[in-house]
This record gives sequence, C-alpha cells and structure tokens, in this order.
Amino acid sequence: MAGIIGWGAYIPKYRITAEEIALVNNDNANAIKAGLGLTEKSVPGKDEDTITISHAATKNAILRAGIKTKEIGSIYIGSESHPYAVKPSSSIVGDAIDLGNDYMAVDTEFACKAGSATIQFNMGFVDSKMINYGLSIGADTSQAEPGNALEYSAAAGGAAFVIGKNEEAIATIDYTCSFTSDTPDFWRRAMQPYPSHAGRFTGEPAYFKHVVGATKMILEKTKMEMKDFKYVVFHMPNGKFPERVAKIFGVTKEQLEPGLIVKKIGNTYSGSALLGLTCVLDIAKPGDKILMTSYGSGSGSDSFILTCTEKIVGAQKKALTTQDYVDRKEYLTYSKYRKHMETIH
Amino acid sequence: MFRESPIIRWRNYSDRYKLSGHKCTKCGANYFEKKGMCVCGNLIFSEMFFSGNGKIVSFTKIHSGPSVFEEQSPYCVAIIDLEEGARITAQIVDCKYDELKIGLGVEAVFRKLYKSGEKGIIHYGTKFRLKL
Repeated sequence: MAGIIGWGAYIPKYRITAEEIALVNNDNANAIKAGLGLTEKSVPGKDEDTITISHAATKNAILRAGIKTKEIGSIYIGSESHPYAVKPSSSIVGDAIDLGNDYMAVDTEFACKAGSATIQFNMGFVDSKMINYGLSIGADTSQAEPGNALEYSAAAGGAAFVIGKNEEAIATIDYTCSFTSDTPDFWRRAMQPYPSHAGRFTGEPAYFKHVVGATKMILEKTKMEMKDFKYVVFHMPNGKFPERVAKIFGVTKEQLEPGLIVKKIGNTYSGSALLGLTCVLDIAKPGDKILMTSYGSGSGSDSFILTCTEKIVGAQKKALTTQDYVDRKEYLTYSKYRKHMETIH
Repeated sequence: MFRESPIIRWRNYSDRYKLSGHKCTKCGANYFEKKGMCVCGNLIFSEMFFSGNGKIVSFTKIHSGPSVFEEQSPYCVAIIDLEEGARITAQIVDCKYDELKIGLGVEAVFRKLYKSGEKGIIHYGTKFRLKL
C-alpha cells in the first residue's frame, strides 16, 4: 500500500469569536459555545481562497517530503468552495508550484470529505505504479448565511499530503474503506451562495451513522481495536460530535484531544479531518498508529489506518506546524468578517 | 483594460506565480523582469527562480488604490530587496502598517491579486508577508 511522504497545514491568520457573532445575532454566546464546543473560528484574508490555502499547505507538504515538484504526477483538490464553478483549482495550484505539464489534475466535491477521498485516489495511482507521487489536498473557505447557526463554525483552512511508495513514507497507510449512502442532510444548489441543511437530521442519520459506520467497518476489516491506536481523528463539524463518537467507541481523551483542532479554529470542512491528522503527524512518534474517519454530507465517510515510521521524526521540523498557524491570529469585528467573506464591499 | 485581460496576465504567470527571473550569463546579475541588456553589457540571460525571501527597503500604505484593488484597501506596499539580488515592489499582507520596518525579513506567499469584475478571471500572484 502507499503512504504519506509529506504533510502540510495552512490556516489563515484571522479569527472571529462566538461572542462577536452572537452580539449581532442576538444569541446567547455562552449557550452557543457550550452547545457547539468551540469559541472562535478562522476567517480567510481578503485575498485568500481555496486555491491560495491549497498552495500554502502544499508548499509545506513538499518541504517535508523533500522531493522535486516535477516528480509529482497528480494533484487533486477537494473543496466545497472552489473559486470557480468552471475552471479547476488544481491546475492553478499545479502551475504555481511548478509541476510542469506532465501531471493529472482534477477538483473534487463531496462536501467535507472531498479531500480525504483524494488520498484514496492517489493511493490507487501509486500502487498501480502510474505515478511516483501524488498530491492530495482538502481546503475550504466555507460559507455561512448571516444569522444561520453555521456562522459560528464555518471556517477556513486546509491540509495537503504527498502520497508515495510505502518505503519512503513517514506514515504508511495500512488500510482504507468508505461508508456511503444517499442522505439529504446538507447541500448547496448550483448558483446558490450559501448551503442549506436539514437541522437536527444532520446528526443521527447523517454524521453519526456514517462516521460510526465507517469506523466500525475498518476495525472489523482489519481486526483491530481502539486501544491499538495512539491517536484517533474524526471529522469535526463542531467540538461536540467527535466527542460523542469517541464515547461510543471508548476513545480516550488522550487519543482524541491532540487532533481536535475544531475547538481552536472551527470547522474547516474539507480541511477538517485532514487538519486533525496534520496536528497528530506534527507530534507523532515512530510506531504510533492513527485512525482517521472523515465525513462528507450527502453522505459518506472515509476511514484510514496509518502507522508512523522512523522517517516522521526528521520531517516534523522541516516546515511550520499546524500549531504555528493556530497561534498566529488577529481578531476581526463582525463587519470586518463580513467584508473578508465578501458579503459586504 | 490591461488589468482585465486574461491573456496578457497569462503571459506573466511564470513571473507572477513562481517569481521566475533572468540571470545574466556573463556577470550573474539577477533581474525580476527581463532587461534588454544587463548593466555589464551582456545581452544573454538564463531563467532562474527567486527563493521568495527578501528584506523591506521602503514601504507605504495605500488607502485609495486602483479600482481592482478597492476591496483590499487599505493595504501595504513595499519595495523589497530579494535575497538573490533583484528589487521588487509588492503588497505586504497579514500585517498592520505599524508592524512594518525597514530591514525586516519577508517571504513570498501566493494570493489573489484581483478579480476582473463579477464574471471575469480571478488573477493570482505573489505577495509577501513578514517572515514567520
């Protein structure tokens, strides 16, 4: 099987607190924070979007991989906020990092799991020897309608991974599987600026069914148990949902907390579970096993089991860590936040 | 019109996206944009890429810029000496004007430059931020 050769994170500098949003929406900030399990979220700069975030994360991933960009044979970007409806984000990032012309590229969309699915694509291409290295990216500048509950969590950020042969991996990908169904929990129609959701239906029949389903599936297929893993990452639409899944499986606080980045930056959609993974890779030691399950509305979950190798130690310091980006922040007022999101001009 | 043409901008992608430059094959001087002749008199150049690291030589804050940059106003612009020798003018992002000082180290980032209206191309390119 293929493995991760390099990883990179990027989170924009700007933040807005739940208090600031609650003030405008006449909500109780303490109730919101307790209900969602988060206190603030990241906001893109006025000149940042999925393409620039993908580029920044990719630069870090390539630094850690220590390879030449022209050795990369594919680039796939998963997002639900690609800047163009027609014109790929992947070719722009590919050109900007100097991949040349000999590479495969496409943008993917499957709500918040569009990025994790691209890791599966590249595993197939590497294992079939069609490419030596592939880039898998998940990034978003997620949208939320003013006054909607999503305003408190819809954030910006992304993660990139260089996928290559197991022998060169900082973490081998030992197994992956997906749990998929047609579930109408969250959607955004063509030409619509903001997504719609089915309220509480986004919980049990959607997020929980798929995240629990995929996680159970991978444990059964690999005959592994939760205690085998040093770190566990679940998709993070808010701070509460992954904690409930952790409780179902008996995942400890020590296993879950290192990847629970949602509490610091909100839900980065296609970047969410992947940024949880970069948090963990930043601190993992050789031999550590990691379980990650993403979730995308509509609906599906991708589960992965990884084992860190000796190579991870040298790679960790080659680029900025996820925590470096978490710590770099400047708070915005609500009106400036809306200007950053281009709701007002 | 010049700023809105996708074709004219496309011709500069290598400069704007990757900071590609031109090295004099005789004296080794680097230029960000190609010159007809090097200061040493040589007419032949080879392609090179700048690392994106540099230092601020001077800076200012633009409150009322060209219409395509209105959404980003106010913004900071600096003259930067790149590590490899060329001098460039570019936006400095993710910092307040008060944080800027002559001599501070900066690094290149890939950002949106501007949009050609609501239907046109989104133009991307290199800006700089204070070195992290």
